[in-house]
Amino acid sequence: MNRYSGEPFAIEFRKVSYRLKNGRELLRDLDLEILPGETLVMLGRSGSGKTTTLRLINRLLEASEGEVLVEGKSVSNWDVIGLRRSIGYVIQDIGLFPHFTVERNIGLIPKIEGWPPARITSRIRELLELVGLDPEVAARYPRELSGGQRQRVGVARALAADPPILLMDEPFGALDPITRSELQRAFLALQQRLRKTVVFVTHDLREALLLGSRIALIDSGHLVAIHEPEQFTSSADPLVSSYVGAFEGVGPRAV
Amino acid sequence: MNIFHFMLQNRAEILELTGEHLWLVGVSILIAVIIGIPLGILITRWPALNKPILGSANIVQTIPSLALFGFLLPVPWIGDRAGRLAILALTLYALLPLIRNTYIGIKGVDPAILEAGRGMGMTARQLLWQVELPLSAGVIIAGVRVATVICVGLATIAAAIGAGGLGEYIFRGLAMVNNQVILAGAIPAAAMALVADVCLGWLEKRLTPH
Ligand SMILES: Nc1ncnc2c1ncn2[C@@H]1O[C@H](COP(=O)(O)OP(=O)(O)O)[C@@H](O)[C@H]1O
Ligand SMILES: [Mg+2]
Repeated sequence: MNRYSGEPFAIEFRKVSYRLKNGRELLRDLDLEILPGETLVMLGRSGSGKTTTLRLINRLLEASEGEVLVEGKSVSNWDVIGLRRSIGYVIQDIGLFPHFTVERNIGLIPKIEGWPPARITSRIRELLELVGLDPEVAARYPRELSGGQRQRVGVARALAADPPILLMDEPFGALDPITRSELQRAFLALQQRLRKTVVFVTHDLREALLLGSRIALIDSGHLVAIHEPEQFTSSADPLVSSYVGAFEGVGPRAV
Repeated sequence: MNIFHFMLQNRAEILELTGEHLWLVGVSILIAVIIGIPLGILITRWPALNKPILGSANIVQTIPSLALFGFLLPVPWIGDRAGRLAILALTLYALLPLIRNTYIGIKGVDPAILEAGRGMGMTARQLLWQVELPLSAGVIIAGVRVATVICVGLATIAAAIGAGGLGEYIFRGLAMVNNQVILAGAIPAAAMALVADVCLGWLEKRLTPH
């Protein structure tokens, strides 16, 4: 239970380890509590175990030890399809279906869930507006969009069935700096409106400071520290300060 | 008398043999599709079956067709009728391209697309029907195309065991040492292969995602 409100945490890791079949340990004794409505940024260098952590939440992977809870219930007690449908998932490679138009991509889960067509259509229009896309792109195929537009469609698709939780795995990593900062601003505006529980993975400290309500630094499968952005940059932890030191001249989010 | 004259004169018989030929090839390809595509899907899910299944289909391909007809002759029920036997043999030859292309097609689907689909809560069945099969349709049709062209050619040999088809003219011509008779069987068979190749090639192109 959450000590602030008595409600369950949105997501909770209890002593979670994850090992590959060959015995190699990718995550060790991870304890992490994520509050409803917060944006928790998981920060860490490539190969530190960020993606592995995310995939444990929607059960694309299963913990070797310990327990992952979503809305207070162990993921192994969830119906796996139901679990995933209540968690939006956005990945760096986006993974839009190339043979579906934008609207079919976005409307896929609502359609599978049996929503009436009129409701799907209006939901698609609403989502396009929400992620800042011209309704005109609805009929296009993913290959006819720019990288930034594609990633916006990826976010719209993840939000389609209005899941309370959103997992975002380096969603803006492949974009040019200008487009990336546009999408970061769009994300902040969107999160202001929606207040989803977001777990946002990045290796970019600037992005973490800009978007996170809290930042968790992960290194070689260990959770090193978890701080609010203001405290993060001044942390005395040697791993944190060396990560911060690698980004010279970066400060906390300007208010 | 030139070859066109000869074919015109015998058009009724040529048409009938062409019909038999089409029947042999069509039924064999249909059965091979019904068996081969699920087998191809199966080995994407169960990698341990990959080698035995692809390996067996491969071995069949190396058996000379006349020998395969001979091997199948003693098989009960199958061996009773030349048509059945020919269809079984042709089906066996058609299997390899179908299994292999289904496997390659599905394996070729971008893993990021599958990760996204699985992550958003699509079931394995929904992923297969709505994502994996549509995205590999072009490659699978290419397998059907290869199998069809192989079978149109091999079906001419079915005449040797009395299963009919355009091979009848070819064998008759060989016995009579008459090129015209051989050509009367070979030309329609070649045309059939060409038409199948062009049509399926067009379909393949249409179904290949850009
Ligand atoms: N299925 C796998 N097989 C082998 N190694 C893996 C597998 N999945 C992840 N790894 C390795 O585990 C480590 C952590 O991976 P990951 O969670 O993807 O890191 P991150 O997302 O932080 O870059 C990396 O070294 C990666 O190469
Ligand atoms: Mg990663």
